[in-house]
Amino acid sequence: MSNEKIPSNILALGATSAIAEATLRLFAVRGARFFLVARNPDKLNAVASDLLTRGAASVATHVMDLDDTPAHPAMLADAAENLGTIELALLAHGILGDQQEAEASYSATETVLGTNFMAPVSLITWLANYFEASHQGTLAVISSVAGDRGRKSNYVYGASKGALNIFLDGVRNRIDRSGVHVLTIKPGFVATPMTAHLPQNALFATPAKVADGIFKAVKQRKDVVYVPAFWALIMLILRTIPRRIFKKLNV
Amino acid sequence: MAQSAKRPRFESWGRYPTLQADLKLLNWTGDFPLSTPPATRLLPVGAGRSYGDVCLLENGTLLHTRGLDRFLAFDPESGILRCEAGVTLAEILDFGVPRGFFLPVTPGTKYVTVGGAIANDIHGKNHHVAGTFGHHVPRLELVRSDGTRLVCSPTENEAWFAATVGGMGLTGLITWAEVRLRPIVSRSMDYMGEKFVGIDEFLALSQQATAEYTVAWIDCVSTGRNFARGIFMQGEHTKEPGELKNSRQPWLTFPFDLPAFALNRFTMSAFNTAYYHKQFSKQKTAKVDYEPFFYPLDSVLRWNRIYGKNGLLQFQNVLPHQGGREGMVEILKAITRSGLASFLAVIKFFGDVPSVGAMSFPKPGIMLALDFPIRREVSFDLLDRLARITLEHGGRMYSAKDARMTAEQYQAFYPQWQEFERYIDPAFDSAFWQRVTGRRPLDE
Repeated sequence: MSNEKIPSNILALGATSAIAEATLRLFAVRGARFFLVARNPDKLNAVASDLLTRGAASVATHVMDLDDTPAHPAMLADAAENLGTIELALLAHGILGDQQEAEASYSATETVLGTNFMAPVSLITWLANYFEASHQGTLAVISSVAGDRGRKSNYVYGASKGALNIFLDGVRNRIDRSGVHVLTIKPGFVATPMTAHLPQNALFATPAKVADGIFKAVKQRKDVVYVPAFWALIMLILRTIPRRIFKKLNV
Repeated sequence: MAQSAKRPRFESWGRYPTLQADLKLLNWTGDFPLSTPPATRLLPVGAGRSYGDVCLLENGTLLHTRGLDRFLAFDPESGILRCEAGVTLAEILDFGVPRGFFLPVTPGTKYVTVGGAIANDIHGKNHHVAGTFGHHVPRLELVRSDGTRLVCSPTENEAWFAATVGGMGLTGLITWAEVRLRPIVSRSMDYMGEKFVGIDEFLALSQQATAEYTVAWIDCVSTGRNFARGIFMQGEHTKEPGELKNSRQPWLTFPFDLPAFALNRFTMSAFNTAYYHKQFSKQKTAKVDYEPFFYPLDSVLRWNRIYGKNGLLQFQNVLPHQGGREGMVEILKAITRSGLASFLAVIKFFGDVPSVGAMSFPKPGIMLALDFPIRREVSFDLLDRLARITLEHGGRMYSAKDARMTAEQYQAFYPQWQEFERYIDPAFDSAFWQRVTGRRPLDE
């Protein structure tokens, strides 16, 4: 396609997540410039060195806990100044949480919703306005297939991602006309440190495979992407099951 | 403990033995020492492409290093690449070739990790000029289970360096290493293949060979006037500038385990005859890509399934030049008589460069490597016989390719093993090390 443009000034939030790192490598080999944000300075430095070695033109790092929403605007302004123009913002931080703990305690639920929904909302609010004003940019947010339907085994995590999906839908409908691309990314099971404690099966994909899907979706300016693509079919089936049957299922 | 009941089972590329262990994925160099150390012993495992039990530990915890896959720095002036230990040689080629750099030493598969290449001090077709992989590692970091982090090089913590290169992963976890890449101007290789019949023709060709890379394929099935026939292969990176693009991903995966009877005397004899006659003329020169030259088997992922569920045994040894010819003839005769050999037997001269690792396999002499399907007693008896012939001729066998050496044999091959033992991390162990120190019996 002629309108395919690969962004080269990239802000990565939660840059040490396995999916983010694999995705950023695909941009690094094309000489992108990065502003990376994550909590752990050692991990952040390792990712920065890797991207630079692979071919990044420059890498700046910013250590912060993204749950600290009041600190978001200063960090984002810093990123915008450092990159000149933010062309792609990739939101990749998140936690799986412990469903059983969350069922028993509101505060555990609040933690999941805070990290997976409220913190992204704070970031997206600033970024949507920034992109709208600059009439360009891609806002790519890692959500999850878990947000497509509430399941008894992980509805707290699912609710945080489902709310995020709806929020992103609204933001897209608002700023698409300003030339801003809003991408909702819905990975299925990915073999990452976040899922290392789960028994792995054939549905698990590598972060590299997921990254390929994200890269393509950015390039093709897709609205929503399931990665790997077969999850679109699985979730279609899962969403179609009538509620009175679904509530009896052990999923 | 309740959860000890069912641990997953692991096997190396040879698929023998298969041993239970827990798995701990390492994603960052700071993940080790583990925040909550398990009660079991530990052993790092990279890509699991060694053949026997050197990367296995029954009822232990395997530290899986493939998550340590970051490049940390590259200096195009010196060619020195610093990377984490789980980076594979395939990833280094993808990185290096477009920049005009190649691996300093490469084994017959590119799907091994840097950590594994160091821990087994691997060698390649250029051993006679370049030595082992360890010769091209200026520095590495070794992390011990007590948290000590040691940067090791030939001049810094040098005893730890010598113990860790070829140290089979037992001295601690290698977190990162530097590898000195070599420049190339093209993917292409100048190749020359020359047919030979008999061990003496092979020896003569090896002595005359001038190329940077040499290796011979040898037919270990045919007898009589075709005994020890083969093709002597030489190669050089071409000097005319050419293409430096990346390799394509292999698209072919061997889809299932072949039944055990598929590899037999007749199919193998047919294969070996076809392979020998594939090259028509006595001598052939050609330009070939580096992929088929170095990695003929990598184009089929999971090729070890050809040997079926039982798996395969590797035999790799080196005999000193003195008496080496007679020893190799004895070994080749034992192999052809057994009818067990398969397709890819290789024979090569090792060079005189002393290895940097205390426990490294290569030493000056004639090296032979081949694989067999596992047919219980027959294969085990044959391997034992080959080990004894190797011993009688002052040779040694390769740990990374072995599943059957006895403690007596190993300790005779590597008399320095007790000195090495002092460098083993107290929390580390391996099924191989248990076997060759007499703590783990051979089955049957």
